[in-house]
Amino acid sequence: MSTTSPKTAYRRGVLNALPFSFVVVPFGLIFGVVAIEAGLDMVQTMGMTILVIAGASQLTALQLMTENAPVWVVLASALAVNLRMAMYSASLAPFLGPAPLWQRIFIAYMNVDQTYALSNQEFEERPNQTLAERIAFFWGTATPIIPLWIGASYLGALVGAAIPPEYGLDFAVPIAFLAILGPALRTVAHVGAAFASVVVAVLLAGLPWNLWLLIAGLAGMIVGAEIERRVDRAKAAP
Amino acid sequence: MNYSSGEIWLIIAVLGVGTFLIRFSFLGLIGDRPLAPWVLRHLRYTAVAILPAMVTPLILAPPPGDDSADPIRIAAAGAALAAGYLTKNAIWAMAAGMGTLLGLGWLVG
Repeated sequence: MSTTSPKTAYRRGVLNALPFSFVVVPFGLIFGVVAIEAGLDMVQTMGMTILVIAGASQLTALQLMTENAPVWVVLASALAVNLRMAMYSASLAPFLGPAPLWQRIFIAYMNVDQTYALSNQEFEERPNQTLAERIAFFWGTATPIIPLWIGASYLGALVGAAIPPEYGLDFAVPIAFLAILGPALRTVAHVGAAFASVVVAVLLAGLPWNLWLLIAGLAGMIVGAEIERRVDRAKAAP
Repeated sequence: MNYSSGEIWLIIAVLGVGTFLIRFSFLGLIGDRPLAPWVLRHLRYTAVAILPAMVTPLILAPPPGDDSADPIRIAAAGAALAAGYLTKNAIWAMAAGMGTLLGLGWLVG
């Protein structure tokens, strides 16, 4: 059993990740198109997409580079967009922390929005999985997502500006985030966290460097955790 | 864009290494040490706390080449969220969202 279940977990990871290919591909295409339009050459475009694998921050960097912002402003803003991934890392640590160092290095490199969201959901829903099954599931989610991301960026860079904006490709990105969010709203605490996050993001939208994103994320986490604590206490009371 | 090739590669390299270190942070530092219950309780809400904050400005921003928010996009976002919440299935959520976006876009012309 212990020899077959990681295989099963790997296959489930691949299957769960496949629908997100519809999302990763347009996002990658958009990055490729925008990078070439901004003035990067093919090697720089592919270098960025392979080394960073984080669409939102790559697009943030490109946007600021088009405006000829100072190098440190480009870096600070693009990295600020990725600070949410520290929370992804922290969130996966209890599940994947016991893995060997070299595996954690590869997992960290491929810890993107989709592999994180799918894996975190899997690990929460199946708390009795072995470490080998969890690692296999994570690799499964990365198997279609990472090559498709890199391939789509390449295709986008090749076709350049040939994709007309009225196709609404750019809006596939928020639709993808919402498609992850909707099924994750399982309890009143999840809904409360999401609501607090939106309110804070709107109120602080004027803050520079995506600081609103980090503050809204923290506010959402605190609200969600507090609602959970109160619900649990109410359940425990006679 | 007025950057030298060296500056562009500096941006790419620092962004790549910095992003990796952010992703590695807790996975690398903590290893197999268990986290406190209150930390775990907060971490359970990372996804539902970060995603709405990321998505809100993207929905409310005017589409490329436009100068005001697009009601069709807001409707498509609502459809995706509702379908995802009700079916608990990301594929239906994406189909509802992109279907609403393209369908209403076609109706309005």
